[in-house]
Amino acid sequence: MKNHVVGPGGPMASAGSDDRVTTAGSEGPSTTADSGLTGGALLYRKLLLAFLGLLLVATSGVSFHRHRTMEEPVVLSSGVTEVKKLSHYFPGIRGTINDCNVYVLEGEEPGATVFVMGGTHPEEPAARVAAWLLAENAVMEAGRLFVVLSANRSATTVTRLGGAYPPDYSIPTDWGQRTFRMGDRWSSPLDQWPDPEVYIHYPSRQYLAYVDIRNLNRTWPGRPKGTLTERTTHAFMELIRQEGVDLFIDLHEAELQYPVISTIVTHERGQDLAAFTSMMLSDMEFKMGMEYSPPTLHGLSHREVGDHSDAVSLLFEAPEPFLDATRGRTTREVLLSGQDEFVVKAGEAGLLFEKMDEAGWPFDVRVGRHTSSILMTFEMWTELNPDRPLRMRGVPRYDEVIARGTGHWLHDPSGASPGRVAVE
Amino acid sequence: MILIQSVITFLYYLMVAGIAALMMWNLVRSKKWEEEVLYVIVLVPFLLRLFHLK
Repeated sequence: MKNHVVGPGGPMASAGSDDRVTTAGSEGPSTTADSGLTGGALLYRKLLLAFLGLLLVATSGVSFHRHRTMEEPVVLSSGVTEVKKLSHYFPGIRGTINDCNVYVLEGEEPGATVFVMGGTHPEEPAARVAAWLLAENAVMEAGRLFVVLSANRSATTVTRLGGAYPPDYSIPTDWGQRTFRMGDRWSSPLDQWPDPEVYIHYPSRQYLAYVDIRNLNRTWPGRPKGTLTERTTHAFMELIRQEGVDLFIDLHEAELQYPVISTIVTHERGQDLAAFTSMMLSDMEFKMGMEYSPPTLHGLSHREVGDHSDAVSLLFEAPEPFLDATRGRTTREVLLSGQDEFVVKAGEAGLLFEKMDEAGWPFDVRVGRHTSSILMTFEMWTELNPDRPLRMRGVPRYDEVIARGTGHWLHDPSGASPGRVAVE
Repeated sequence: MILIQSVITFLYYLMVAGIAALMMWNLVRSKKWEEEVLYVIVLVPFLLRLFHLK
């Protein structure tokens, strides 16, 4: 790069490539090439710029650090009989960020064992909060319930790069508000890196997108010596096998441009259960579809949990416009309102697989769909398996969540009994 | 695989530290304010990654 230098005879073309040459042969205080600053002034300018840069690092760093370490309280329902760590089932996850809490709700009467998972994809917040409502309100009358709120805890500590998502969101409650971390679809690169050129799924050896090596719903059934995400799914498989889980439910949200939406995806062993649940929900509460888990698509919970354990595996999808590629601003308000004029436009152009109008898909609607779907699944399970019933009380249905708001079922941690508050 | 991943991650952080040091050195040596601003801006994500913040 050619530059100009200041010499005794004034500006002249430099013969060399160094743009930092100054005052060659001059006397007195040295001056810069382009501004004529003295050495002292130049130093002050550099210090000022360095300070501004460090200020930027500090302010953004504090924000990122706060997001990564923010504590989310869980006021335990009276039905929660024990809180375990995931490493209880697989020590290989101990000490990692993904050693999440497992909430155990022993039933008053014997019955089936069910495992409800929230936080597989923490960028799908209503799915995570729906599981929260179970941990804070559910009481099992028959059967045993395991609940996880942060299945991929690493992914709760980061948002999608370039997505401009807010780091958190707050839900109004009867006593104030409860703040939750917004997360990502993938484990944080701070916890698992680098990604391969192509992700080869274990054990099928199917080729998947490289980034999905950090996607908890592409790494089932996992392996004990794999990546952090693979070890996490392996730990969940150990939980399912060791606790003899009969029914596994994975909660999700989907963008409206994704064809698998407002539906139950089921392993072939859960087809009757999913069909009954879908029909009853569509008849009594809201439209709910049913789809079969593709036998040759690997890594997903509805396929691998069913294939690698005795559990019936289901996956629920609710609509979430906040995730659509054609969305507008990604603000906290839009996250909760589910209203987005750009996604409405996409709907008018016929690009969506779910209806979208000005009313949008508010947070309470999405949470209510999940809680009602879980309750209806338990009812249908009990119809199909009367010798192993699942009965739960305390959890609101769709209409109740919409009428009173999700926050009504989130309890004040400051008013909770000592020892009855866990932290996510 | 995990061993290779750990080695690559270690080398990656070494590179991040090296490039950050190079940016700082260039910031010290530069005489043009435009370049100094550029070096400071480019340095920010390297420091955030180095300090395990983002």
